Amino acid sequence: MIETALFFVFAGLAVLAAASLILQRHPIHSALSLIVVMVSLAALYLLLGAEFIAAVQIIVYAGAIMVLFVFVIMLLNAGAEERTSFSRLARYVGIPAGILLTVQLAYTVARAASEQAHRAPAVEPSSTRNLSLMLFREYVLPFELTSVLILVAILGAVVLARREK
Amino acid sequence: MSPVPITYYLVLSAILFGLGVVGFIFKRNIITIFMSIELMLNAVNLAFVAFSRQLGQLNGQVFVFFVIVVAAAEAAVGLAIVILIARTRQSLNVERVDLLKL
Repeated sequence: MIETALFFVFAGLAVLAAASLILQRHPIHSALSLIVVMVSLAALYLLLGAEFIAAVQIIVYAGAIMVLFVFVIMLLNAGAEERTSFSRLARYVGIPAGILLTVQLAYTVARAASEQAHRAPAVEPSSTRNLSLMLFREYVLPFELTSVLILVAILGAVVLARREK
Repeated sequence: MSPVPITYYLVLSAILFGLGVVGFIFKRNIITIFMSIELMLNAVNLAFVAFSRQLGQLNGQVFVFFVIVVAAAEAAVGLAIVILIARTRQSLNVERVDLLKL
C-alpha cells in the first residue's frame, strides 16, 4: 500500500519536473528540473529493488553529469532562451504528434509487459552481489571496453575544448 | 512481486520519453536539447529496470549500468562540442548553427 503511494508521489514528481524542463526558458532552471527527475527515478529504482542502480543514478547522473551541465551553463553564461515564433504547423501538428507518440509507446510497451506476465518467474533477482558477479563474469569484455570508451571520451573532450593558440 | 504493476512503470517511462522527444524538437537552446536527450536515456533506463524486475533477471540492470557509462562519456564530449559552438558562434540558439564551416 505504502509502496503504491510512494510510486505515485515519485512518478508525479518526475512527470512534473520533466514538464518543467521543457517549459522553463532558462537553461539553469531546466537543469535543476532534470536533477529532480533523476532523483525521483532513483527512488523508483529503489522501489523496484535495484539498489545499486539507484546509487549509481544519484552518484553519476545527479552528481557528475548534472554538475558538468550546470558548470557549462555557468561557464557560457547562458541566458534565457530566445523566443522564436513557431510556425502554426509546429504548434497544431507537433504537440498532438508528441502525445500520439507517447500513447503509442505506452500502449506497445505495456502490452508486451502483459504478455510477459504469464511466464514471469517470481524470483527476487536483486542484490548488488549478483549484479557484480554478472558484470565481472558474463559482461567482463563490455565492461573493459567501456573503460577504453571513457578514455577516448576524455581525450576527445580535452582536444575539442582546448583553446587554440 | 512488487505491489505496483510493472505496467505503471512502463507507462511512466513512455511519458518521460515522450516529454524528452517533445523537448528535443521544440527547444531552441542547445544545452536544453542535450538535457532532453538525457531525459530520454533516463526513461529508457526505467523501462530496463522494470523489465529486469518483471523477468527476474539482472541483465537489464547491467544494461542500465552501461547506458549510464555511455551517457557520461556522451555528456563529456557533447558539452565540449557545446563549448566550441558557443565560442565560435557566440550563440547557443540552434537556429543560428546552420553552417558546417564558418
